[in-house]
Amino acid sequence: MLYALLCYNAEDVVFSWSQAEDDAVMDRLNKVHGKLHDAGKLGPALRLMPTTAAATLRKSDPPVVIDGPFAETKEQLLGFYVVDVENLDEALAIAKDLGQANPGGSYEIRPIRLFLPGNFPQDAADQDLAATEPA
Amino acid sequence: MTDLAWIDGALTSARPQAIGALLRYFRDLETAEEAYQDACLRALKAWPQNGPPRDPAAWLIMVGRNAALDSKRKLSRQDELPSEDLLSDLDDVETPMAERLDTANYRDDILRLLFICCHPGLPATQQIALALRVVSGLSVKQIARAFLVSEAAMEQRITRAKRQVGAGDTPFETPTPEERDARLLAVMAMIYLVFNEGYSTAAKDAAARIPLCDEAIRLARLLQRLFPSEPEVMGLTALLMLQHSRAAARFDADDAVILLEDQDRSLWNRELINEGLALIDKAMRHNQPGPYQVQSAVAALHARARRAADTDWVQIEALYRALEQMQPSPVITLNRAVAVSKVSGPQAALDLIAPLEAPLGGYFHFHGTRGALLLQLGRTAEARTAFDRAIALANTVAEAAHIRQHLDRLMADSATG
Repeated sequence: MLYALLCYNAEDVVFSWSQAEDDAVMDRLNKVHGKLHDAGKLGPALRLMPTTAAATLRKSDPPVVIDGPFAETKEQLLGFYVVDVENLDEALAIAKDLGQANPGGSYEIRPIRLFLPGNFPQDAADQDLAATEPA
Repeated sequence: MTDLAWIDGALTSARPQAIGALLRYFRDLETAEEAYQDACLRALKAWPQNGPPRDPAAWLIMVGRNAALDSKRKLSRQDELPSEDLLSDLDDVETPMAERLDTANYRDDILRLLFICCHPGLPATQQIALALRVVSGLSVKQIARAFLVSEAAMEQRITRAKRQVGAGDTPFETPTPEERDARLLAVMAMIYLVFNEGYSTAAKDAAARIPLCDEAIRLARLLQRLFPSEPEVMGLTALLMLQHSRAAARFDADDAVILLEDQDRSLWNRELINEGLALIDKAMRHNQPGPYQVQSAVAALHARARRAADTDWVQIEALYRALEQMQPSPVITLNRAVAVSKVSGPQAALDLIAPLEAPLGGYFHFHGTRGALLLQLGRTAEARTAFDRAIALANTVAEAAHIRQHLDRLMADSATG
């Protein structure tokens, strides 16, 4: 079974950490990451930039781009993509494409600060997910 | 678990909102600060026991207000204070109420608090000191260290600034859109001053002053959360991040300034650069260029160049030209001249800055730039005169050391040549 662990915290507090505090937290996390990595249990992990760097595409017709993070509390986080693009405009173009295929809701587009690719063997992940699919 | 580091972080980040709201209640900076202090002391007692409140700022506002009202009552009637538990125990019925009371005014409260620090009667350095003390909550000792003055002198400076601000006439009513725009502009300028105070410094003082840069970035992020769709605020935040990204590469082992083109770019902070670039992308979508956006676009072109030789000087020259039109100033023309020298050669740049002798004759960078251009043209005697004048006008040891390197090279060249 694959699980996603979503990280929540007060960003104004976290982004007020001094470099030394931030490094100390990352050191502690990296020890945990290392254990998971060795056990082959760590998939991709990432650290996002603060919401001040975010834009949101509301998948209305036509789609609307809003500055800032996704703020609606009636909708829930149902998935996410990681894309490698030149700039925000390219990321928004991809979001619009996806939105045409799957209208409704929003995409928050948030730059990534730190990306750890993880070490799942791809077929292990495939098998894991295949086992959960309905026959 | 509510550890002290967490409480410290929560108190610091709730501070602008809490003091801003308390200032609106009491209309007096001193009372607002005392009420906030009081609430913090209670938080340090209550939070480890009861766990952190859902909204620390709302908690601090309610408790601070109650405590200040009670101490006023106590002063006037000599009544006994309610018990500590009663004062600090806000149940879940009261907390949402506090949120409703205060988040409606959230943005204007913080903006007003920041704006009060930009009082036009205060010299720039006092505006900065006041903002760092009142909004950021740095201790007088920390601020004194950053300004390289004694604690007593800084204490006096801040007290004087507070008195002047207290006598000011910033209205407490909700500002009109025009008033809000004017406040925003003043606050952006003040945040940039805080940053520059930390940035324009000698290497040996850099460690003490870097907190000023970090603090300016924190304030800029705060402003951006209040005004998420203002492209100039995005531009300002991006500008600070892109400039600060080079902090580790700016000085050599002898404390001399290392020019942008000679810096080891692997020392640049890529996280800050990427965040700055992301903000510029956001700002550009608005198609409302402004001075902070243009300056951040220049900084972005430097940040994007992996090697100095890859720098897009044509684009930088065009951006400085745009900036000159928005904000005509000889200093901007001087900056454009550096770009012109890269695009069209040193003579064209020298022609451009010739008329600047009068307005910038007392400016270190004017003579430094002029000397470097003359040197490129092989006019060594004139270059030496320009460098001598630059050294005489240097503000920091690092600036002087940098020019001295040019002079040493000139001496060495003339000895061997």
